[in-house]
Amino acid sequence: MSWDPRPTPDITPETERYWSAAADGELLVRECDECGLVYHYPRELCPDCFSDSVSWRETNGTGTVYSYSTARKMGGWPDEDLPLIVAYVELDEGPRVMTNLACEPDEIEIGTPVEVRFRAIEGADAAVPVFVPRRE
Amino acid sequence: MSGQSSAYIAGVYEHPTREAPDKSTMQLHAEVARGAIGDAGLEKDDVDAYFTAGVPEYESGLSPLIVADYLGLDVSYADTTDFGGSSYISHVGHAVSAIRDGKCDVALITLAGRPRSRGQATGSGARDVRSVQDSFERIYGATNITMYGMAAKRHMHEYGTTPEQLAEIRAAASHHAQYNEHAMFQEPVTVEDVVESRVVADPLHLLDCCVISDGGGAILVVSEEARSRLERECVEVLGHGESIGHHRAGRIDLTRTAAEQSGRRAFDEAGLEPSDIDYASIYDSFTITVLEAIEDLGFCEKGDGGKFVENGALKAPNGNLPFNTDGGGLCSNHPANRGGMTKVIEAVRQLRGETNEEVQVDADLALAHGTGGSIGTRHGAATVVLGGEDR
Repeated sequence: MSWDPRPTPDITPETERYWSAAADGELLVRECDECGLVYHYPRELCPDCFSDSVSWRETNGTGTVYSYSTARKMGGWPDEDLPLIVAYVELDEGPRVMTNLACEPDEIEIGTPVEVRFRAIEGADAAVPVFVPRRE
Repeated sequence: MSGQSSAYIAGVYEHPTREAPDKSTMQLHAEVARGAIGDAGLEKDDVDAYFTAGVPEYESGLSPLIVADYLGLDVSYADTTDFGGSSYISHVGHAVSAIRDGKCDVALITLAGRPRSRGQATGSGARDVRSVQDSFERIYGATNITMYGMAAKRHMHEYGTTPEQLAEIRAAASHHAQYNEHAMFQEPVTVEDVVESRVVADPLHLLDCCVISDGGGAILVVSEEARSRLERECVEVLGHGESIGHHRAGRIDLTRTAAEQSGRRAFDEAGLEPSDIDYASIYDSFTITVLEAIEDLGFCEKGDGGKFVENGALKAPNGNLPFNTDGGGLCSNHPANRGGMTKVIEAVRQLRGETNEEVQVDADLALAHGTGGSIGTRHGAATVVLGGEDR
């Protein structure tokens, strides 16, 4: 699945590992070795205690919907990719991460359990994490 | 502000245009500057400090240089703090500080822009990836309106807030706008009109969103000494506070804004409480922006904003908390996508008794509050408490 002309991430040295892990089907978060904070988006310094001793941590790729909103029209966005559900998913590990819900709006509500899927980015060692309702 | 010298707003001016296809942005800056300086009864050469959040076409920290050059200003102090819609309220606070420090006596603040003529998709348009954060947000098509939509949905989930309660905010603003000859939308709308308008990003409807307008405004803040030479009725800046709210590393709370901090700081500095306020100008990019600000500024308990705004509480002149009596950004004017400027201007008009007579409040103490950026990711908040001369 191509994202063009959707915007693609700017892959920097700080975030390269996150995107390449996603291409391998893993959703990573950051964890501070000093204070234990699990955080997102990735940064090389812990935003709570400012330690530079931080690690990557693999997540379960599961969480629940914290909130979401559905855009039915959007300037600069491909029509075939609408309606678009923008959401925050609260991961089991704690952080609330912005994402898309790749499902119909009537399939979800706040609190719905979801799990990650990855959409590859053509021509890059990267994929974009999105979420779908979890079927137990 | 006991023990400190006072500073005053001596002049304000709101550009009457809402669409300026045949003017330059610099021309608008000049017209509002001339308007505010004239309103105070001063001359251009009295100005010795200049503040702006920027000239949108340049998107650069060089903006104050460009405007000072165009206007021919000779200044000893300049500031270009930009955190979106809260900027112009923070500039008032920063000007007061600079005046107290003896850096300047007469500070000019101007805003101008032409987003309407330039066809900017301010609220609903996808944006380029530019920062680290964008790679985790804009790639998902997060726009202003979906982000405020997420905040509204979460507020409804936690507190039972309803679309009808949000619509009360637009209905009150539109009630005021009918008396403002310059308002972009002068037709009053009902709660039903709002909830029956098309959903743009659920749960927000088209009429939950502000206008996009060209134009601008200007404010002149002066020292006690400069004020003593003026015949103009002035408004005292009693307190100011600002803050930045953000993700908190993945612990974002979409129901709370940095108004909790900026409001508390402004009230503490003024030695006042929310219950003392007679009139409130509250930045209204969306109806939910107002609802959360009302709670966070302390006008009611967290979560009670929906009930608070019901039954015309925000309508002037007799509501419990008359707000945005010019029609606000929802109905009148949202120049250059930065509503803080007009919030200060209407608060000053209220305290001077110069707003439209049908919505004139018997106000001695007023508040102006701005929210900039997005409460869906990161935002600035700035609050000022203002006092009239007769209080």
